[in-house]
Amino acid sequence: MTEADIKTTIFQLLKRIAPDTEPSTLGPTDNIRDTLGIDSFDALQFIIALNEKLGIEIPEQDYGKTGTLEQLIAYIKTKER
Amino acid sequence: MIEFRMPSLGADMEAGTLREWKVKPGDTVERGDIIADVETMKGIIEIEVFDAGVVEQLLVKEDEKVPVGTVMALIRPAGETAAPKPAERHVYETFKSIVNVKEEIPPVPAPAHEGLRASPLARRIAAENHLDLTTVQGSGEGGAITREDVEKAIAERDIRLKPRPAEPAPTPAASTENIRMAVAAAMSKSNREIPHYYLETSIDMSKALAWLAGANRQRPVAKRLLPVVLLIKATAKALREFPDLNAVWENGLQRKAEINIGFVISLRTGGLIVPAIRNADKKSPDDLMETLTDLIPRARALKLRSSELSESTITLTSLGDDGADAVFGVIYPPQVAIVGFGGIREQPVAENGLIGVRPVLRATLAGDHRATDGLTGSRFLAALQQLLQQPETL
Repeated sequence: MTEADIKTTIFQLLKRIAPDTEPSTLGPTDNIRDTLGIDSFDALQFIIALNEKLGIEIPEQDYGKTGTLEQLIAYIKTKER
Repeated sequence: MIEFRMPSLGADMEAGTLREWKVKPGDTVERGDIIADVETMKGIIEIEVFDAGVVEQLLVKEDEKVPVGTVMALIRPAGETAAPKPAERHVYETFKSIVNVKEEIPPVPAPAHEGLRASPLARRIAAENHLDLTTVQGSGEGGAITREDVEKAIAERDIRLKPRPAEPAPTPAASTENIRMAVAAAMSKSNREIPHYYLETSIDMSKALAWLAGANRQRPVAKRLLPVVLLIKATAKALREFPDLNAVWENGLQRKAEINIGFVISLRTGGLIVPAIRNADKKSPDDLMETLTDLIPRARALKLRSSELSESTITLTSLGDDGADAVFGVIYPPQVAIVGFGGIREQPVAENGLIGVRPVLRATLAGDHRATDGLTGSRFLAALQQLLQQPETL
């Protein structure tokens, strides 16, 4: 997947989980949860959705590495290799 | 004749939509019978009647939206057999409506009958048209009510009660606004009527989080548990020992047999909604996680069932890991307690003369001092703390 594809997928999944947010307004270094007002429940739903869509399993200890859009895209690319 | 009026859920509610009559003219109603479903800012509310009688006339049509205070039906009191007397002396205070927050309806002042001046013709026309003469402004000499005054009042009422097209489904923005107002009504009532006491304790969450991390490592992503399920289960289990906190205050303390945790869910657009997790003490952490997975998205989409909004026996609010350190809740009437959890923070903890850094959770209890004392609340928090030290037993 290209970086643009990953970004599109992330936005789609975030929009599905939190329909009343606008993920496309996220900047690369914005904290995803803080910016969109996503709580721990929605964050877990997002991780489940990423797992289902991309087959990537993010262990709990790696949550801190996926806080911003930039970090999350980089993390997904690493896992894809 | 008794006037059944559109009830008020609070000072900010201006109107409600009659969705369904549960009775028809000629039906006998008993105290406590539900006679209508009314859609309000709290959703569909079943409206009860508090006196026995016979439904004489339904004045509002289904799907019609009418202002608070509008007469919706006329009911002949039990024991009054003949055709009703002229309706100039309506009794206002024999009906009350109960809603799920037990918001009391501001009493409609009894009319001042003495000194009411009206011509015999005006009285007869008013009686024939079920018009309350005390609501009519007299234009005659000395404020006397004339035939013209009565006819004008009847015409105005008929315009007000004329059937209108069904209200469209509420938009999300309108619903959010309604929820804000519902929260305002419930919290104002709570602050006005409930003498709160507050307690707080710090809970070392090392064992609970370690157990959770271990449990989640063995699960597929979709089955992972959140810390809050342990908090819900521990709260529910602790309540078994403190039934006075799992209760409502309605003419005194009334314990509830089921432990139904009202779980506070905040809406991103503002406001909150509190569906019940029924029998939470009997659910496993996995069951509770499943329940939350079902409830939270529906709550945020405002698609809850009315029973889910009315069965809570206590409230639990958890700010989550991004939240403030502690929360001191406002009790949701007629409940008598609310348990609050702040974010889990690493803090220095002294134990056996040594200082260590531990994940610490500040748990609070706001209790209704009419129902319990601080000693009960304090013992409850101690029990909660103990349960969270044995997460494997939850």
